[in-house]
Amino acid sequence: MSEVKTRGEVFANRAAIAAVFVALIVMLTPIYWIASTAFKPRSLATTIPPTVFFEPTLTPFAKLFVKRSQLRQPVEEDVYAAAPWWEQQIYDDGEQAVKNRKTGEITSSGYADRYKNSLIVSIISTFLAVSMGTLTAYGFSRFRVPGENDWLFFILSTRMLPPVVVAIPMFLMYRAVGLYDTHAGLIILYTAFNLSFAVWIMKGFIDEIPREYEEAALVDGYTRLQAFWKIVLPEALTGIAATAVLCFIVAWNEYAFALMMTSRNAQTAPPYIPSQVGSGLPDWSVIAAGAFLFLLPVAIFTFLLRNHLLRGMSFGAIRK
Amino acid sequence: MTDVIARLEPQSRAATRGLSDLSIRNLFIIPTIAFLIIFNVFPLLYSLWTSFTDFRASTTAPANWVGLANYRELLSDPFIWRNFTITAKYVLISVTGQVFVGFGLAMLLNRAIPLKGLITTLLLLPMMLSMAVVGLFWKLLYDPSFGIINYFLGLGKFEWLANPDVALYAVAIVDIWMWSPFVMLLSLAGLSAVPKHLYEAAEIDRAGPFYTFFRITLPLVAPILMIAIIFRTMEAFKTFDHAYILSSQPTTELIAIRLYKMAFLEWQTGLSSAFAYIVLIMVVAITNIYVKYLNKAKAR
Repeated sequence: MSEVKTRGEVFANRAAIAAVFVALIVMLTPIYWIASTAFKPRSLATTIPPTVFFEPTLTPFAKLFVKRSQLRQPVEEDVYAAAPWWEQQIYDDGEQAVKNRKTGEITSSGYADRYKNSLIVSIISTFLAVSMGTLTAYGFSRFRVPGENDWLFFILSTRMLPPVVVAIPMFLMYRAVGLYDTHAGLIILYTAFNLSFAVWIMKGFIDEIPREYEEAALVDGYTRLQAFWKIVLPEALTGIAATAVLCFIVAWNEYAFALMMTSRNAQTAPPYIPSQVGSGLPDWSVIAAGAFLFLLPVAIFTFLLRNHLLRGMSFGAIRK
Repeated sequence: MTDVIARLEPQSRAATRGLSDLSIRNLFIIPTIAFLIIFNVFPLLYSLWTSFTDFRASTTAPANWVGLANYRELLSDPFIWRNFTITAKYVLISVTGQVFVGFGLAMLLNRAIPLKGLITTLLLLPMMLSMAVVGLFWKLLYDPSFGIINYFLGLGKFEWLANPDVALYAVAIVDIWMWSPFVMLLSLAGLSAVPKHLYEAAEIDRAGPFYTFFRITLPLVAPILMIAIIFRTMEAFKTFDHAYILSSQPTTELIAIRLYKMAFLEWQTGLSSAFAYIVLIMVVAITNIYVKYLNKAKAR
């Protein structure tokens, strides 16, 4: 563009900047609103006009994490029925606590359990998908594979299926072999789901590492495996990190399979949090606190890896 | 190439030292393919079988072979066609919205703007979040009595989700909010690849901004925009999470939701398997278009 700007261009530029900031505010308001509601006392969560200035409180988070071991006696039926979901949960947990006190176990709240399940399932499935995916991507990138494009298409196509389509037979199989509502069951599903993605992204990254590096190592007396381990892997590290974060986010956010393949024991947070809104007047500040804590890791990862995510998300269609 | 060498010269360096390239290749590739076959192809074959039976997973009754009866029933069911119509409408609204908002944002950001990197990252946030949890908090925002949307737009007690005529739009708005950043991201990459000298030439020719946009910018960004559109179409077609959480209106019953209800609430396993197969064929068709364009864009 020319150096000297006309008055019109200056105006256009300023208008664009203003428009960007308006868009930014509109796009971020929902996230800000959920984050701020998480720090509001219950009485301010659903006021009209909306409460913008308030004294932040951590009570919603405390309610979310009330430990079963701290809990009291069972309550009467009508008191229980009238209580909001989080209190009912405390009562449920209270009964559990009595049982646990006998066995000496200390357990955590329903939310904490689901959060822990999310962590277990996402981390393990990400590790499996990325490690298998990297090896396979290397195989496709460096060796001649008969029908290479057909295999790659097959790998990609496994991801294109709507989860509900796969879920019906998977449910029957899982029930038959006892994988229903287990961590292992979800881990296997998420690994299968992310594997295709990992192969495609990693192939993009590995294709860009010059073959000459390994060839030089082979001439120096390395075996193929040593060359892969000592030369290719370190070069691919940023790609691996970006792929891992993307796979983690997918597994972390997954809802449909978690809804259909778990009931309580292995349930993750995405089907659990919305299920608490059901009946009566929900305590939105507690729900917002749950949502906020759940969104936090993803927001942090997005920020830390912003430069690498771009390429990963577009299957390497974009070169930066 | 390598496996040919390995076969012809068993004494070659690569073959004698450590594992041969051929066995490394197999070791690296076969487990993944086997895994995907077991957990994708096998279930699909299994459900192909159940789609020809009257099996119900909620009972212990053995499955009876009913041939094509399930498919015949589905294809002649007007309610199923309604689900397809709703889905088509939803895909159209949300993808169009995403293209306009996403491409618009990319056009705005494609200039020297202070804090551009930070703004781009912040705009990406919605698409990184859980669709289920996002659906949940939009329920709070849409609430007719205390939601901030009605408050800021001055709509009073307007019903977003309980009104059957509006609910589908409300669901599509959430999708647009979440996925416009994706279109923006791809468009930005496309825009930054347009050679600067074309604009300089246009300026010398005193071309107006409309001419420049329609004759230079749009044609050059079109291929990558096409990828974004196909990708989003495919994803929108599969929409389940936020739509299921946001609304239980019959007018928002997308294919995936109908399928879920049929399979896991009504337990019509055989029938829903047949339904799943019909959906599958459609997804494969869309996927084929997608991969064709992806390869074309990559070849450039």
